[in-house]
Amino acid sequence: MTISKCSPLLELRNVTKRYGDFIANDAINLTVHAGDIHAILGENGAGKSTLMKTIFGVHQPDEGDILWKDVPVQITNPAQARDLGIGMVFQHFSLFETISVAENISLTIPAPLSDLVKQIRAKGEAFGLPVNPQASVHGLSVGERQRVEIIRCLLQEPELLILDEPTSVLPPPAIENLFATLRTLSVNGIAILYISHKLEEIRALCDQATILRSGAVTGTADPKKTNAKDLATLMIGQDIPQPTHPKTRMNGAPQLTLNQLNYRDPNPNIVALKDINLTVRAGEIVGIAGVSGNGQLTLARLISGEDILTRDHASSIQMQGQPVGHLPPNARRKRGLSFVPEDRLGRGAAPLMSISNNGLLTGHRLGLVKNGLIQRSKRDSFAENCITAMNVQTQGVQALASSLSGGNLQKYIVAREMAVNPLLMVVAQPTWGIDVGAATLVHQRLIGLRDNGTAILVISEDIEELFEISDRLTVMYDGRLSNPVSTCNATCEQIGQMMMGQFAASLEAAE
Amino acid sequence: MIRYEFVPRAQPSTGALVIVPILTVALSILCGTALFYILDKPAGVAFYAFFIEPFLSNYTLSEIAIKAAPLILIAQGLAIGFRARVWNIGAEGQLTIGAICAGLIPITWPQSDNVLMLPAMILVGALTGMVWAAIAAALRTAFNASEIIVTLMLNAIAAQILVYLINGPLKDPRGFSFPQSVPFPDVALYPLLIEDSFLRANVSIYIVLALSLLAWIYVRHSFSGFRLLVSGLAPAAAHYAGFSSNRAVWISLLVGGAAAGLAGVGEISGPIGKLQPILSPAYGFAAIIVAFLGGLNPIGIVVAGFFMAVIYVGADGAVLSAGLPASAPIVFQGLILVFYLASHTLVNFELRRIGGTKGTA
Amino acid sequence: MDMIVFILTGAFATATPLLLAALGELVTEKSGVINLSVEGMMALAAAMGFATVYTTGSYLLAFAVAAGLAMLLSIVFAALVLIFSANQVASGLAAGILGLGLSALLGREYESFTLQAPSGLSVPNLSNIPVLGSILFEQDIVVYLTVTTGLCLMWIIQHSRAGLILRVVGEDPHIAHNLGFNVLRVRFLAILFGGFMAGLAGAYASTILTPIWSQGMILGRGWIALALVVFGTWRVLRVMIGAYLFGALLLADLAVQTLNLGIPSQVMTSMPYVMTIIVLAIVSRNALRIKLNAPVSLGQSYRPGQ
Repeated sequence: MTISKCSPLLELRNVTKRYGDFIANDAINLTVHAGDIHAILGENGAGKSTLMKTIFGVHQPDEGDILWKDVPVQITNPAQARDLGIGMVFQHFSLFETISVAENISLTIPAPLSDLVKQIRAKGEAFGLPVNPQASVHGLSVGERQRVEIIRCLLQEPELLILDEPTSVLPPPAIENLFATLRTLSVNGIAILYISHKLEEIRALCDQATILRSGAVTGTADPKKTNAKDLATLMIGQDIPQPTHPKTRMNGAPQLTLNQLNYRDPNPNIVALKDINLTVRAGEIVGIAGVSGNGQLTLARLISGEDILTRDHASSIQMQGQPVGHLPPNARRKRGLSFVPEDRLGRGAAPLMSISNNGLLTGHRLGLVKNGLIQRSKRDSFAENCITAMNVQTQGVQALASSLSGGNLQKYIVAREMAVNPLLMVVAQPTWGIDVGAATLVHQRLIGLRDNGTAILVISEDIEELFEISDRLTVMYDGRLSNPVSTCNATCEQIGQMMMGQFAASLEAAE
Repeated sequence: MIRYEFVPRAQPSTGALVIVPILTVALSILCGTALFYILDKPAGVAFYAFFIEPFLSNYTLSEIAIKAAPLILIAQGLAIGFRARVWNIGAEGQLTIGAICAGLIPITWPQSDNVLMLPAMILVGALTGMVWAAIAAALRTAFNASEIIVTLMLNAIAAQILVYLINGPLKDPRGFSFPQSVPFPDVALYPLLIEDSFLRANVSIYIVLALSLLAWIYVRHSFSGFRLLVSGLAPAAAHYAGFSSNRAVWISLLVGGAAAGLAGVGEISGPIGKLQPILSPAYGFAAIIVAFLGGLNPIGIVVAGFFMAVIYVGADGAVLSAGLPASAPIVFQGLILVFYLASHTLVNFELRRIGGTKGTA
Repeated sequence: MDMIVFILTGAFATATPLLLAALGELVTEKSGVINLSVEGMMALAAAMGFATVYTTGSYLLAFAVAAGLAMLLSIVFAALVLIFSANQVASGLAAGILGLGLSALLGREYESFTLQAPSGLSVPNLSNIPVLGSILFEQDIVVYLTVTTGLCLMWIIQHSRAGLILRVVGEDPHIAHNLGFNVLRVRFLAILFGGFMAGLAGAYASTILTPIWSQGMILGRGWIALALVVFGTWRVLRVMIGAYLFGALLLADLAVQTLNLGIPSQVMTSMPYVMTIIVLAIVSRNALRIKLNAPVSLGQSYRPGQ
């Protein structure tokens, strides 16, 4: 399958990158030939993104050499990387919302806008990437934005294209289209570096894989000839216990009821919620799947109380049968709500505050405040308990929240939100961007909480995760919520179709 | 190539918290001295007048207490708001309004010997300072109008109100057409620290120190103070936790307004003893610098307030002995704030050498 | 009628320092930086501009010196926010206080001095047209240049590549960095431009508009300029209209005072400040409109590589 060439396109020799005392990349070796689809496999935090940013010139290696077509190069900025023939599609898109597709592309490809518009259309047709060059980016779906990113790279006629977790934002049917495009590129001699932590994708797409763990290469393999278990072992280094998932009681009391919930954000760019109905009962986990940007953020804010309804519509959101839609967050928390938001740093935690003060943020109800004064020793021991409960790696309760890794901060926030013994817990993107070990622990704790009778609502873009922990599944599309289906009766294809807006599938599944 | 770069620290450096003010003052003095040199003033004499002379006589020590009191008081109030990132730049106006309204009492009863007059003035001054600040709070919470611009504009308006009143309705008819009110009776004045002396220092400095202690408890130990801090450091996290941002705006501005209004009473019931066109040598602005220089920390503010008072007193002397222009202290204040903000970076960041360790390419 | 013509004629000149400063601040804010030291920069520029005209008689030199000094002050501000990642609000206040202090220091020898008012550059023939002629064609050259600058800026921000880069750096500096743009340099240049314009504004105020020097003569116009940027929701044309409305308002106060209606002069002096508050409240009221128009990263400090 692989086209063998004598001289590699890109070669890394002992590339090392440090952040302070932390080694993000440790003496990495990597070789890529023209036309290869080469996977960089590793769990979150393994150093994949750091390595790619080094190749793309976002930052420079502390040690080691980068060879481009056998010539040592120092890539000091992305513009230089592009001049060499390297293009990159970041996991978080590098698109500006307030300007058009063509204007975005003109930032990196200086050409008259009218020419660019034609070129964008041409590339789109050549590689199956339809997009309107004159559209303003803020109105585009995530899939369309990704296409814009890829076209932008292709317009510079790259010889190497780097894609960072490109499928994390796509519904399953769109993934197939992306793969088709990438295979066409490969046939045309363009090398692709494909970063992912999803084994099945890599086995479906890539010819070669370099596996990273804790910043170092743990092996190289042909993913099509290596079984998933071996790849996983290289990637994770140990066997991860699967969360136990026993059958659930389905007769708990309703803790959260959404009743014909309609909401239009004052910002016209945000999807309005339409006729949403849902009941979450004590002792079950309900998962909301969906591609981002379909109203999940707004729904989470409405349930948490960060956005509130008018008094007239208060009964659209009920906790324990009582209308709460008009109540602020603290009033809802008093009724037993806890909430883990998708942004950890800045929303779930104050970055420049200590871990112990971040515990106080929502834990203050547990007797940490007396007569308006903070009980310091209780505050600190509360934080200690949260750290122990979830095995959070930190320098201590006085460390700043911003000094924790994403996974550890998420574990801390989950521990804090669970500590209040909630009747209803809402979790948005529970394991987004955190390592497998932390993710498994979070899943186990959520299931444990459910078994103790808490009603749990999980909003996630990761279908696998939802299948793993949810008792019932529902899909959000364009501000609407599908009828929930029992997870054991649902298939991945069905949910994938619903994520594209085909709710008819949900009606069939619901019988 | 060797370069330096600021790298974030895992937790704020406590060492830097001590070093920063020292570095700030040292750099400001250095830069100020250079400025005197350029202005062709004797730098040594100016420095001596600025920083040594204020400590050499009972009179200047007493003047330091007089000037430190309003600076510390206002800065404590402002700092509470600044921690919540509510920028009350209008302390000068709140001071003026507090002084005018409190002043109405002795102006109405200039012959009174009721000992409740001063307490009444304190109450009225603090409340009306709050009311003036509340305009900004209301406009910010109801209309989202920048409190920075509103409080600034209110400063200018308050100054005009004062000028109008003491040229019109509140003018002393026997004041030889000077724009000022009647002198206040003794019961409207703070008792002097040393009775029957020529030293003007009064008990208001004790009140200020007591309030500083309260501020310390509020900032360090109260849950309300904690919520304000969260609102400032991470507004989304405050909203998430259910801490109302409107409440933070209101508390910040009301506390700041009350402190400034009280400081206004301190001036008219202290060294001035009447209403006149200029009630404060820009204490409201200098207090902003005191608040920052004190690290927005109540104890730091007390120290910074005394330091700033030394500059005020020293400047008066330097104008006389070194022929320094009266505007020099303002320049000096600006320098202090600039250097403070620059060196404060060391609290949350450390300076590291980068480059030079790179392997050969 | 004469009164109205007087107001409309004078409004352009009165508005010019406001507009110059506001245009500069608009560019600075478009890059994501709010610089509150406009008042201080204007004051410093006004002092040195006045001194330069007084000693050399050259207006050109005065404007150059004024702009240069205001730019120096804006560099101090830029160093604080760009190198030391200091809070933008506090840094603006610091530079502003420094500017006010230096202004008083440098201008102290000229207190209450006056300059000969420069003869206006009127457009011959056209200025003889009744009413409209004097309103539109009897202005000084700076007024026309300011209008031209505004119109050019409008085009540059919306249609040029430089404008596009300025806007995207203000929207998301991290993405801009990832695309290979030097965010700190863009922001530095935007701050510098703000200083340049504030310098011109200050020089115009003290040498042409009211050629008398007194400490504090800027009278809060730097702050009004800041409010104008919000009023114009970061759009050049709206800021220009706002500035001319304010110019007319400032003059209307003057006109009413001359009518001697028995209104205390302090009331009229306060009017611009009161109006600024009212206008600001009305415009800011639509939080969404502000949010959709304001540069997204406005006020947030940025450090490359984060």
